[in-house]
Amino acid sequence: MSIDIKTIKVEQRRNTFGHIARRLGGDKPASRYEEGTFDIQATANFHYKPLWDVDHWQYDEGRTQIRLKDWYVLRDPRQYYYANYTIARAAQSQANERAFDFVEKRNQLALLSPAWRETVSFYLLPLRHVEWGANMNCGNMCDRGYGTAVTAPCLFSAADHLAMAQILGRIGLALDGNTGTSLDAAKARWMEAGEWQDLRRLVEDSLVIEDWYEQMVAQNLCFDGLLYPLVYKLFDAEGQAHGATGLSMLTEFMSEWFAEHSRWVDSVIKITAAESGENKDLINGWLSKWSAAAAAALRPLAVRVLGNQKGAAAIDTVVADLKKRALTLGLTA
Amino acid sequence: MPRIVSITLQNTDDARPIIAAITEDNPGLVIHSYPGIVKIDREGSLTVKRSSVEERLGRDWDPQEIHLSIVSMAGNLDEEDDYFNLSWA
Repeated sequence: MSIDIKTIKVEQRRNTFGHIARRLGGDKPASRYEEGTFDIQATANFHYKPLWDVDHWQYDEGRTQIRLKDWYVLRDPRQYYYANYTIARAAQSQANERAFDFVEKRNQLALLSPAWRETVSFYLLPLRHVEWGANMNCGNMCDRGYGTAVTAPCLFSAADHLAMAQILGRIGLALDGNTGTSLDAAKARWMEAGEWQDLRRLVEDSLVIEDWYEQMVAQNLCFDGLLYPLVYKLFDAEGQAHGATGLSMLTEFMSEWFAEHSRWVDSVIKITAAESGENKDLINGWLSKWSAAAAAALRPLAVRVLGNQKGAAAIDTVVADLKKRALTLGLTA
Repeated sequence: MPRIVSITLQNTDDARPIIAAITEDNPGLVIHSYPGIVKIDREGSLTVKRSSVEERLGRDWDPQEIHLSIVSMAGNLDEEDDYFNLSWA
């Protein structure tokens, strides 16, 4: 007896949801990112304007001066939605955990020269308060922004900043033998040390920016675009001569994150600026205002860490890099 | 006589960006959709480009990852860092 195995192909009636199919221009299988992002946010039939902002609806395109015909053009090139974002970050967190184990087991932080150890406590640990400010800003962008395509990655960034604040806190504990005294000293420096006050003012000013897209340009393009290369590239490079190799392993997440984060920021800003001349002018204005403010606020810190000449040169380098980056986004910088 | 090279991939979330990249980069394909799998035929040769898949996937992609989705293939394989090529040359 022979058995003839047959397959029957069952055509499914539809491959995805109706609203996704309209976005894709036809009923095709959609990725999880597309299904988890497109048109998720409510757009109509709100009943009452919120007490905290009586001029706008809960979700309202009018909270920024930027105008886009369709806010879902701001797709995330990383295609992050909840699941793959958390999986990616869990893997990075595990790598970070191993780096801490490695450094602690070999007592590598003891290799820091005493002077540089003091410098690290000065420039690195108070940054956890900057990260907290960034967390608040990104949370606010998510809250006031429009369209899941851009608001979801804002919240992911907010969580990332909190994670980086925690990494900095752990570095502090590793430096002070788990007593927490280094973190108290860092808080005092953040509140009182002269080199930190311009940056603290900048962070506090950014917390109250009304226009969420301006906040996006200020935080994600200007502050991050200057701070991360300065601290985790230039300060870090200087530290190599003072036994800071172990420390570099502990801050590796920040370098990795900045490269990945920049891909998303660049894409969002490039698409927005390309849509209209008005958008481009607004972004150019915000960029020059906040990048100048951030460069000025970082200068005292760079001078304290690298010395007069090298510090000034480091600021010039990161500012020039940000300008180059802005040009590739179609901005005038 | 021209010979057909062929690659059969699972029809999954992981493989769909690869299928889309192949479809875009190789004109003159014949695509057969079967339950759960997609068989792609082409005369002569067929290339999967790393850059095209990365563009659709939004992350770095190693051409070796294609093996997680391959069901079957026909043709001589040339596997490089930047592409995955099947041909009878």
